[in-house]
Amino acid sequence: MSKVKTVDNLITITIDGKEYKAKEGEYILNAARANDVFIPAICYLTRCSPTLACRICLVEADGKQVYACNAKVKEGMEVVTQTPNILEERRAIMEVYDVNHPLQCGVCDKSGECELQNYTLELAVDSQSYSIPDTKRETANWSSVLHYDPGLCIVCERCTTVCKDMIGDAAITTVKRGGAELDKSYKDTMPKDAYAMWNKLQKSVIAPSNGTGETNCSDCGECIAVCPVGALVSRDFVYTSNAWDLRRIPAFSAHSSDGFQIYYEVKPTSIDDRSERIYRVTNEWNYVSLDGSARFGYDFENRDVVKDEISFNFAIEAFKKASTVRFNAMITNEEALMLQTLKEKTGMRLYNPEVRAFQKFLGYYSEAAGRSLYSTDTDTIMKKNDFVICVGSALRNDAPGMKYAFNNVQKLNKGAGLYFHPIGDTLIASFGKSVECVTHKAGLEEAALYLILDLFADKSKLPQEVGEYIQGFKRTQKQTIKEKVMKEVVETVTDEETGETKEVKKKVPEMVEKEIEVEQNGLVELLGKESDAFAETFAKMIAKKESFALMVGEDFYYHPKAQNLAKLVALIEKVSDIEVVMAPPKSNALGVALICDLDDEAQGYTIGYNENGDFRLSALGDGDLDMPAMNQQEGTFTNLAKRVVPTNAALPYGGYELNDLIRELIGAPRETIDWTVKLPVAKGFKAVEFDALPNGYTNEGVENRGYLLDIQIEEKPLPSVEKFDEATVMEGEIAYRCNPARQFNDFTDKAHEIFEAFALYASPAKAESLGQKVEVVFANGSIVLDVVADEKMEGDIVKVPDFKSAQNVYELFGDSRYQNVTIRKV
Amino acid sequence: MGLEQFKNRNVGTQNYRLLDLGETPKTGFGQFKQVAKRTFKGELFVGLWVTLREMINALFRGEMHTVKYPFEKLPISPRYRAIHDMLRLLESGHYRCIGCGLCEKICISNCIAMETRYDENQRKEVSEYTINFGRCIFCGYCAEVCPELAIVHGPRYENASEQRAGFSLFEDMLTPIDKLNLQQEYDGFGAVTPYADENIKKTPLAY
Repeated sequence: MSKVKTVDNLITITIDGKEYKAKEGEYILNAARANDVFIPAICYLTRCSPTLACRICLVEADGKQVYACNAKVKEGMEVVTQTPNILEERRAIMEVYDVNHPLQCGVCDKSGECELQNYTLELAVDSQSYSIPDTKRETANWSSVLHYDPGLCIVCERCTTVCKDMIGDAAITTVKRGGAELDKSYKDTMPKDAYAMWNKLQKSVIAPSNGTGETNCSDCGECIAVCPVGALVSRDFVYTSNAWDLRRIPAFSAHSSDGFQIYYEVKPTSIDDRSERIYRVTNEWNYVSLDGSARFGYDFENRDVVKDEISFNFAIEAFKKASTVRFNAMITNEEALMLQTLKEKTGMRLYNPEVRAFQKFLGYYSEAAGRSLYSTDTDTIMKKNDFVICVGSALRNDAPGMKYAFNNVQKLNKGAGLYFHPIGDTLIASFGKSVECVTHKAGLEEAALYLILDLFADKSKLPQEVGEYIQGFKRTQKQTIKEKVMKEVVETVTDEETGETKEVKKKVPEMVEKEIEVEQNGLVELLGKESDAFAETFAKMIAKKESFALMVGEDFYYHPKAQNLAKLVALIEKVSDIEVVMAPPKSNALGVALICDLDDEAQGYTIGYNENGDFRLSALGDGDLDMPAMNQQEGTFTNLAKRVVPTNAALPYGGYELNDLIRELIGAPRETIDWTVKLPVAKGFKAVEFDALPNGYTNEGVENRGYLLDIQIEEKPLPSVEKFDEATVMEGEIAYRCNPARQFNDFTDKAHEIFEAFALYASPAKAESLGQKVEVVFANGSIVLDVVADEKMEGDIVKVPDFKSAQNVYELFGDSRYQNVTIRKV
Repeated sequence: MGLEQFKNRNVGTQNYRLLDLGETPKTGFGQFKQVAKRTFKGELFVGLWVTLREMINALFRGEMHTVKYPFEKLPISPRYRAIHDMLRLLESGHYRCIGCGLCEKICISNCIAMETRYDENQRKEVSEYTINFGRCIFCGYCAEVCPELAIVHGPRYENASEQRAGFSLFEDMLTPIDKLNLQQEYDGFGAVTPYADENIKKTPLAY
């Protein structure tokens, strides 16, 4: 049933008399952009649905005026980008946009990067022919990071579009402005599209969609990024710097495993302090959408560090004494390779509880699947898939990129989605009509995978015993249903005149009770859904779907049955059309998992690198020897998309680096980036020099950053999977190790624009029953936390964050992400 | 660039006009006669008369032509480009600078630095502003680019200092509020031309 497109069909179109190749089914605007042909457009965002708010992308296709952002190319289509009529429309539209637009370009934060300004000049608007009384519009702070100036807003709706189609929060929307009515005479005198656009513009303004003055969203700030004018700005950035003063440094976002491409923008701190600081983070918003940690978690650098030789010598001694290095995922590939080399030469143990479970899971998976890495990534999912399934990941918190992909599939690919998780999430349910959230009991992840096998597997490929096992859950039930049946009744009618009796057949409707056999799926019931209802919704969801993807998250890695889960995932990939993506738990977890041989336990004297230890190397500024933070380093990172991406040092660093220590201990090249070329080729890395790595996107939206890891594939028989064990099902009070959105580690916590507290997160009802402050008692310790209500959570399971390494939450939870706890009010 | 003009060393072909200086005396007596004639002609006193007249004018008629610098200074052209002034709005007395940063950007010797912030009135406020006069070359670009005529060149030309770097703060250059009535409108580079009104089209307003 699946037609997986591997190569896009190219067709030929003509734009302004020149022939170009374009992908079939592409919008004219995108085809033009891919071929470096300029068509003006304000409201269109590449990976979102066309809004048709600005109407400026008007072109003539085969003699008919169409909007380039929502008309698709056809073979042989002839597109003309400029005709006298179109130019007249465009100029009128730009004039309308300029009506009452404040002439405060001098202080505006857009400082010349303004699309309104650009198009006004591009279309040579040198005089104004329209006017209307202005409406008073007050500036507002929508959240702790969002600042909105409606006076500057041109209501292109890019912010609402990206929030709905990409981010999924749909936290902002257009509301009534209460502006003056357009003068009737304009209708006849103005160009048609300009009038329609003005009519809509004059009626609307942007506001939080929940009706209050505040957005209740994940504070990702993508609306800020897409705003073509200075209407939406980060609260922290308002009026602090002109864009032209900032130096842009291409980098990757260091906190989540998505490794988004970002630019750090730096300039001197102040007149007194000429050392540079990061003022903001920007991104190529047409091709990549950031999460809050990437956009706002930028000022985590280790400032004012000098080379402290005494501490350095202590560190060398500590290394000589130590038998374990404990570190986390916040480390570049190069540093991970240094530590691995240290292990190979000195037998040092490498302990990394954040990554170890993922590494094991990845190992089980590649063992079972015969491929070194999972098969797809979030970008591919957005481009191709129309059915996504997510199991074992708190989608809203763990991996922002996966959340965006899950949502984008619903909005753009007319897709459907299945979300299995023990904690109900109202936001994910709101992504689309075809999203079904299965809130099952903790510990039933295997059952969820069996259900996926049942629903999607090609039964002929499925091993017989698995097939039978799944079939074992099905039972047929006799159900009585009422049915309307036309019954034939024979009546004897006596003709009164003749006295003859005649038999007449008649059809009479009658309700009858009928017993039918219905197949009930025990798996569905086990996962907490009603079998019939689920079958009915699923039938609707699956209709006309062609391409499937499975997202797998951290719950699987920290699971008592991780091995079996990995095998089931491999089996699903083999016997169905589903492609799999896994979310590495944090930061560079994938890189560390591939490069280092991690140990299960720490032993003896421990060096902590940004972690607890007897001797602490720390980029947080609180250790025994300072280290550079991720925004002060050059190096590479392996992201969720299996891509090795480079980053550059945004800020200077004056102290010692890990490379200096390693050089002293076992010898090392001069620079950290000299290690890049030595990354293990056997694990899929390539022997490429750091300076040869590209970092950008093409006009077509092709990601041209670093390189993709090579994936080794070998033929393997189908893995033998175990039946699932209902003993893993958890009852009672349960805590779930999960960070609030935007928080990932000590570094995000250090960033001043990230406010999410280290607290217990619970659904509003649960939070109320818990009170202000609680002590969460685990089997091996306890932790005291404030209680915060998360409106989007449902159910009784509470979330305990792990982003502060000093709190040792990983050890409280051990090797499972869910733990039975006792919660006491304090 | 061609080097022809440097290669033409033939001075004589250029078209000089020779002055008629008369005959040059050839004999010793002739030379003596010329010296005596020039010495006793009284021409010396023709020149000295000017000095004498001005001396009398200065001492007795109060027409002194020199000023006692630094106690007195001569007025200077309004277009002279000396130490910057920060002007205020005449109506409200608020400083004119809006913090757009154009002067900082255009400054070719990189001597202007500014900090801005979002103030309580939701406006952009200049919180810190300095010009390093050790680096300033008084090119006038800042005054020319300023959209508000807030930074202009003033008449203060004494900028000798003991150190190479000499910073002026915003407050130092700002017109004192009690001298607002003495603030002169600047008509140097960047100022609105006298015919500006004739050259712009009016934007229609619906009020």
